[in-house]
Amino acid sequence: MTLHVENITWRVEEHTILRDVAVDVAAGELVGVLGPNGSGKSSLLRCIYRALKPDAGYIALDGDNVWDLDAREAARRTATVLQETPGEFEFVVWEMVLMGRTPHKSMFARENAEDHDLVENALAQVGMLSFADRSFSTLSGGEKQRVLIARALAQQARFLILDEPTNHLDVRYQLEILDLVRGLQVTTFTALHDLNLAATYCDRLYIMAEGEIVAAGTPEDVFQPALLRQVFGVEAEVQVHPRTEKLHIVFLPAHAASLPDPAPVEASASTVLVGGR
Amino acid sequence: MGAVVERPTQDQGETRPAPALRSKRRDARFPLVVLALAAALLVTLTLAVTIGPVAIAPLTVWQIALSRLTGLASGEWSAAHENIVWLIRLPRVFLAALVGAGLAVVGVAMQAAVRNPLADPYILGISSGASLAAVLVILLGLFKFFGIYSLSVAAFFGSVMSFVIVLTLAQNRGTLSPVRLILVGVALSFVLSAGTSFIIFRADDAEGIMSVLFWLQGSVAGAKWSYLTIPSVAVLIGTTYLVLQARPLNALIAGEETAISLGVNTNRFRRVLMVVAAMITGVMVALAGAVGFVGLMMPHTVRLFVGSDHRRVLPVSLLAGAIFLVWVDVLARTIVQPEEMPLGVITGFIGGPFFIWLMRHRRDALGGGGS
Repeated sequence: MTLHVENITWRVEEHTILRDVAVDVAAGELVGVLGPNGSGKSSLLRCIYRALKPDAGYIALDGDNVWDLDAREAARRTATVLQETPGEFEFVVWEMVLMGRTPHKSMFARENAEDHDLVENALAQVGMLSFADRSFSTLSGGEKQRVLIARALAQQARFLILDEPTNHLDVRYQLEILDLVRGLQVTTFTALHDLNLAATYCDRLYIMAEGEIVAAGTPEDVFQPALLRQVFGVEAEVQVHPRTEKLHIVFLPAHAASLPDPAPVEASASTVLVGGR
Repeated sequence: MGAVVERPTQDQGETRPAPALRSKRRDARFPLVVLALAAALLVTLTLAVTIGPVAIAPLTVWQIALSRLTGLASGEWSAAHENIVWLIRLPRVFLAALVGAGLAVVGVAMQAAVRNPLADPYILGISSGASLAAVLVILLGLFKFFGIYSLSVAAFFGSVMSFVIVLTLAQNRGTLSPVRLILVGVALSFVLSAGTSFIIFRADDAEGIMSVLFWLQGSVAGAKWSYLTIPSVAVLIGTTYLVLQARPLNALIAGEETAISLGVNTNRFRRVLMVVAAMITGVMVALAGAVGFVGLMMPHTVRLFVGSDHRRVLPVSLLAGAIFLVWVDVLARTIVQPEEMPLGVITGFIGGPFFIWLMRHRRDALGGGGS
């Protein structure tokens, strides 16, 4: 499954929320989109899963414009993991995951053994099978997130959209969720908040600011101190972590940036880095 | 550095053989639940006909019904009994069942459509529109040209009118947001209720005012067989449609964007739901007045037992709503006999406390979130 976003623009009245946004995700890639709050990340995702219709440009999945597909066909190709929960309505985990079969079932079809197997396998894959009969609302944030990923798996879509899947999770679960996604081998496009997680897990990144893509490429390409200063308004040092060999970004507090000699800053940062060895 | 934090491992469940899933067993057992409720409804319908100023044996009820329908059954009963059973009590009991079933099912659909557990069939101003029309008929004598049906016809059109107004005003750039629907519906209800009150306070027809108040609280008194066709068709078609849409309904209450990403065209679906709900409610209101409580509380009561999956909630609500309103009507016509109480008085006095008791005893099932 490939995603191609061709220069989409989306406006609300006179405000341009997305301006000429172009994105490409190749089959099997895990691509992240980063940006400060209000930069348009979620709007971009919403356009892709058809919650918003762009005013200009188009979005293609495997070469087909998503708005030329019917709603169910689009949902068979794309699964999303959002921050939404059923609120006051109680569902057990099993039912939440079974919902993933919705775009595959006609009005008259009943769930069959194949659907049940898919749900069981999806739950097993995210390590939540023993929670199948639990009420969804009683789960922790990380468990909920894993159930929603299981629903996306049961949906059998070959393209996965995640909207800040690590939001509000403890560090351990942030890593767990992204390890899980990384291991799925599904083409994935995800909005992320945490630059270090993005650097660790994503093949390529898009950086958004004020509705536009301002940088794109591998983490090494995009994570330049100048760009981080410009987009996120922070001073940062970018290093290669000795063990993971991934980029590691250290954010500097305002007073550190004005220190006369950068060396002590670097030293103390690397102490922290290697401290765990 | 830093303390080692002990965390319970949560993987232990994955190593032992997969437990037989309760959710799957519940699916398999569900047809039995429906059968049991259907049997309970049959018993309810029979007993409800036996109860009244003149007691009639259950067997006689069946014999009279069979002899009327097929001419085959025979037995000993008087013509008076036959008239009471066939012409008075049976149609009334059936109407109560239909209204209860219809309102409960519409309540389920409305709560899903606006994703709000406080929604009921009247959320779109349907009861206030019908009430205003009823007042115009009863107190001001409008729409007389419909003859004995003027009240029903006017109430139906009153409800459809208010529904169309709410739907039109709630539109915003081609989308129907749940919150706007609720707010516009509530606001319009206030306007229409003000109109109703204004007419009542200006009227000096005491008897008319009594019948208005009675109508506003709902009643199935005076039901005839000829009244039953339209609500039967409405409930049958409406429920069939909703049951076939159970999956999209589930997706809808899981979240607006979730539903979209599961392939539900939420805007179109919500609009169809509104129309189906308004038609059923309009018919019910036209025949039985603004019967409250059933449409709001029956879906909740049912969810406490069977969860939120609409494949279970809808059929169970249909049967439970029917059973509930038949018994409510039995009380309405017996506790102060020979006078009648409106249904709303009974549902309020008995249904309200019952629901609160139920909710407190099954707290784990309702609103158990946040723990």
